Amino acid sequence: MARLIKGRRAVSETPPSPDEKIVRLEPADDPAAVAGELATASRVEVNFPKFGDGRGFSIGRLLRERYGYKGELRAVGQITRDHLFYLESCGFDAFELREGEDAGEAVAAFGDFSESYQASVTRPLPLFRRR
Amino acid sequence: MYRYDAIDQRLVDDRVRQFRGQTERFLAGRLTEEEFRALRLRNGLYIQRYAPMLRIAIPYGLLSTRQLRKLAEIARKYDRDYGHFSTRQNLQLNWPRLEQVPDILAELASVQMHAIQTSGNSFRNVTTDQFAGVAADEIVDSFVWCEILRQWSTFHPEFSYLPRKFKFAVNGARADRAAVGVHDIGLHAIKDEQNNVGFKVMVGGGLGRTPMVGFVIREFLPWPHLLTYVEAILRVYNRFGRRDNIHKARIKILVKERGPDRFREEVEAEWAHLKDGPATLTHAEVERVAGRFTRPDYASLANQDLGKLANVPGLAAWVKRNVHPHRVPGYAAVTLSLKKTGVPPGDVTSDQMEAIAGLADRYSFGELRVTHEQNLVLADVRQDRLVDLWREARALGLATPNVGLLTNIIACPGGDFCALANAKSIPVAEAIQRRFDDLDHVFDIGELDLNISGCMNACGHHHVGHIGILGVDKNGEEWYQIQIGGNQGENRPGGPGPALGKVLGPSFARADVPDVVESLIECYLARRDSEAERFIDVVQRIGVEPFKEQVYGKADQRSPRRQRDAAVA
Repeated sequence: MARLIKGRRAVSETPPSPDEKIVRLEPADDPAAVAGELATASRVEVNFPKFGDGRGFSIGRLLRERYGYKGELRAVGQITRDHLFYLESCGFDAFELREGEDAGEAVAAFGDFSESYQASVTRPLPLFRRR
Repeated sequence: MYRYDAIDQRLVDDRVRQFRGQTERFLAGRLTEEEFRALRLRNGLYIQRYAPMLRIAIPYGLLSTRQLRKLAEIARKYDRDYGHFSTRQNLQLNWPRLEQVPDILAELASVQMHAIQTSGNSFRNVTTDQFAGVAADEIVDSFVWCEILRQWSTFHPEFSYLPRKFKFAVNGARADRAAVGVHDIGLHAIKDEQNNVGFKVMVGGGLGRTPMVGFVIREFLPWPHLLTYVEAILRVYNRFGRRDNIHKARIKILVKERGPDRFREEVEAEWAHLKDGPATLTHAEVERVAGRFTRPDYASLANQDLGKLANVPGLAAWVKRNVHPHRVPGYAAVTLSLKKTGVPPGDVTSDQMEAIAGLADRYSFGELRVTHEQNLVLADVRQDRLVDLWREARALGLATPNVGLLTNIIACPGGDFCALANAKSIPVAEAIQRRFDDLDHVFDIGELDLNISGCMNACGHHHVGHIGILGVDKNGEEWYQIQIGGNQGENRPGGPGPALGKVLGPSFARADVPDVVESLIECYLARRDSEAERFIDVVQRIGVEPFKEQVYGKADQRSPRRQRDAAVA
């Protein structure tokens, strides 16, 4: 059962090659501290060690909106389909689901909500500026 | 009444579908207890002492009669024929079945209602003044700002998994009737010298285990910056609020640990990035939201002399306590009291809900408001129909003339229902109401807020009662700690601001609570300058000590029994 989602599709993981540079951030880490490494990173992973720990959502937005990171931004840890809509809005484009989740089924959750009131990475303008 | 547009409706429907799927996955064993807990709480669903409890959102307390009739129908069909209005202006059902909750949510969605974010570590219902839009001392219509905040805080992608719950209160009038000082963020609308509208922003207030009055982070925030500024506050909180200890996770603890000055600097640094960005509010958006509220079609009337109503026996007291000034001539706002002795504060049956809907249709343009003091308000009643309304309300048991008085008790559901409670609240409220059953005496005592919570989570707002009662557990027994001097906020301009009560001393057995309250009242009556000096004013003037002496006696005069109780407690 695939547990990785990229580009809104379930994919199988290929092991990283030795020259790939993976930057990993824990919830308490400051994204500013890795700003200098982003240009050369092949991906950034943000860990969500607990289901209800929402610090990584802010980290995602800061990486995209403040530090201009353009590469793969992967959420890892206790991720279920219930987080996907919010994570994507906050700039994540790859998702490693927790054990027991089926990526093939979970991709439907990108459509959990048909709209957002707020500005976010995927919707730089809030709804009231798009009406 | 705010009317949903197509997108508002679609999002609520989306949520029903999402929650139905989550419930199915939980029942199929595909979500763990812990995961489903976080998800169901976001939809107001608790697992309580005897059954689940579902908390239905009533945004800023505003309700149409169509919605109230639907609530009556839901309570009848899925529950035990009654509901409980809470201090957060919501409605709680105490006996729904887990499997049926998605159906209940679908029924709610059919009348533009939901249970979104009524619990869990998320933005809660934004509360406000029950006289918004009609108050004679209004600065702005706070409903419009509450709705703007409701939309901003609904399914916020970045802030859906906060360290802890988060409560906004907005006040749009001169008097603070929304208790803005004791909320995570309190917004008090003001105008500057050029007549520009802005908000005084308070942060870090709250009750619960560590009660605190919020600090003023900004004296005047011009309204276009409202959303970017609160976004900056929330980002600081989401990143740095404590997550290691649930009891230290509210924003007030972060503010306390960092100190207000450092906290403000961090918020300002974050805001520097967000200020003037796309989330900056526009006139067009404020007008759009304001335009989606229906407005009563007032008749052109003159004010009446309400003093003349004193000729009808029993009516004078009701006019004095339950009828409130209105900005439109010839109209008044009326509080329907849910505080009749013998009925748990805030409880209403389905039949009553339907009868109340009938009153609101006939007397108040089909709308009503839920107050944080757990009463209902008909906001737009013609003064020339007050007598008729009073007769009908009295027949329904909703005309107890005690608004603002001692027997208008705020109480949480307490140990009779709630799994968190240490002690019962409802029987204590009833015992006090029975002790003070002489209405003339209650009138003579004058304005007094008496609030009861069954545990330190403080759903009954005991810290801000002029008299606050807290249920505590001592070796498996229910005891009651009593405090005085708390105050919700500056609900009289120039009067006392928000304050937390001071504990009198050792706690009491339940049976003794009415005696203690009586003794506090005696002390107050003996020491007030005049009838105009309220209980809270006297406490502020002379301090807690005289009350303490009255209750416990001077140390050497204490009765052996009290000393024994004190030793146990």
